Amino acid sequence: MNRFDYIRPKNVAEAVAAASEPGSAYLAAGTNLLDLMKGGVSRPERLVDVTHLPGLDRIETLADGAMRIGALVKNSELAYDEAFSARFPAVAEALLSGASAQLRNAATVGGNLLQRTRCAYFYDTASACNKRAPGSGCDAIGGENHGHAVLGWSEHCIATHPSDFCVPLTALGAIVKIEGKDGRRDVPITDFYLLPGDTPDRENVLSPGEMIVGVRLPAEAAGFAANQRYLKVRERTSYAFAVVSAAAALRIEDGTIAEARLALGGVAARPWRAIEAEAALAGAPASRASFEKAAEAAFADARPSGDNAYKIALGKRIVTRALAMAASGTPEVMPALPASPFAPLSEGVIHV
Amino acid sequence: MNLTISLTINGEPRSIDLDDPRVTLLDLLRERLHLTGTKKGCDRGQCGACTILVDGQRINSCLALAVSHDGADIRTIEGLAENGQLHPVQEAFIAHDGFQCGYCTPGQIMSAVGLIAEGHAGDDPERVRELMSGNLCRCGAYRGITEAVLEAEAKLSERDRSAAA
Repeated sequence: MNRFDYIRPKNVAEAVAAASEPGSAYLAAGTNLLDLMKGGVSRPERLVDVTHLPGLDRIETLADGAMRIGALVKNSELAYDEAFSARFPAVAEALLSGASAQLRNAATVGGNLLQRTRCAYFYDTASACNKRAPGSGCDAIGGENHGHAVLGWSEHCIATHPSDFCVPLTALGAIVKIEGKDGRRDVPITDFYLLPGDTPDRENVLSPGEMIVGVRLPAEAAGFAANQRYLKVRERTSYAFAVVSAAAALRIEDGTIAEARLALGGVAARPWRAIEAEAALAGAPASRASFEKAAEAAFADARPSGDNAYKIALGKRIVTRALAMAASGTPEVMPALPASPFAPLSEGVIHV
Repeated sequence: MNLTISLTINGEPRSIDLDDPRVTLLDLLRERLHLTGTKKGCDRGQCGACTILVDGQRINSCLALAVSHDGADIRTIEGLAENGQLHPVQEAFIAHDGFQCGYCTPGQIMSAVGLIAEGHAGDDPERVRELMSGNLCRCGAYRGITEAVLEAEAKLSERDRSAAA
């Protein structure tokens, strides 16, 4: 790990001022950043420790029913917050399907949004990586890439965004609350992440010094609470990143889908909102045929970036099953294996 | 750069001078305070051998900068036994052969203590396995570990009920 200066600001304004200096990085729990620094992947000259900042550790229900989550709320605290998980159960399920209990106890909401890809070439400083070293090339292309992107990738980068939490946040239209030198701004999470294009080192819309201070889930997103699930395929039962995942949320009226929300994880450089699939579901019967049609729509533009064509077929099946699970209703208690395809299916879900 | 932090370690308040902000809680405990019960496995948050309780919550000490945890209350495997009496989780690991080589054991035990305090597993072995998945055991003592956690959880909740009565 390189040497760095350690700065502990007293408030957000001080933090923003300190982090606006070139070479700075924010430190929250550090569960991803320290790993990257130990590997020499990230080499910040100064760390601005935000963990002692006041006022960013609250989970609040606003007057209109929206919920505001401070950037420093721990992943586990949010997942087990009863008011939160009752309104946004798929978000809680996604959180509990991610990482391990120890990491969830440390990792923060803001840090989860800003975690870096787990592409092995990004982590290996001996490999070419346009994200880590712009212009150096991409050794993932033509390399070991069975886990890489099938949507939104470019010839410069085929990495995926690893977060589970962000997938239902994307489906439900979460807002990222940002503070910087020029004040505060709100950005929908669907506009927060950038696709790689020819600048894969630019991963989101944050300007230097800007920090995430919270996430807001709008009141209307709670209208999907009765029918939402997160489903995640991993290479082992637990404690692994998604190969492919899906967050599905439905508003069903008399057996007809009034409104659908769908987002995919593990398939692109950002959590992927499947707008065409949502449109295909609106007004359709809550049936397997509708879900399969939506799955086709979700992956209509997908193409393999290497040895990963299987992710397209797998992704369609995961979408179909996630929608069927959502349609059969949010479970009353969190499953023992959150988001797992190995968890027993509730009655009425056809095996897909 | 010299930084002074305050930590309470196994009930004892300590003032600690750090000459380098890169020191993790794990390296502070092992290399500077000579509390070597906490183990370094992968040093990258993947194995759980370094699990300790910070303010009552289990975390990976290898991914925590000591300087950032100024003021924290820390409990390690050295702080579990009281008056020469093993903690119920320690006793259960012995009773159920919850280890072989023993290297992952302090992390497993601290993780189990954290899990029981969190209270989300109950008596369901599947939930115990899921919530212990951040602790790898390359000897494969998982069956004994799960049994030990379930027995300790039952014993501790019985003790809580007796105390409340």
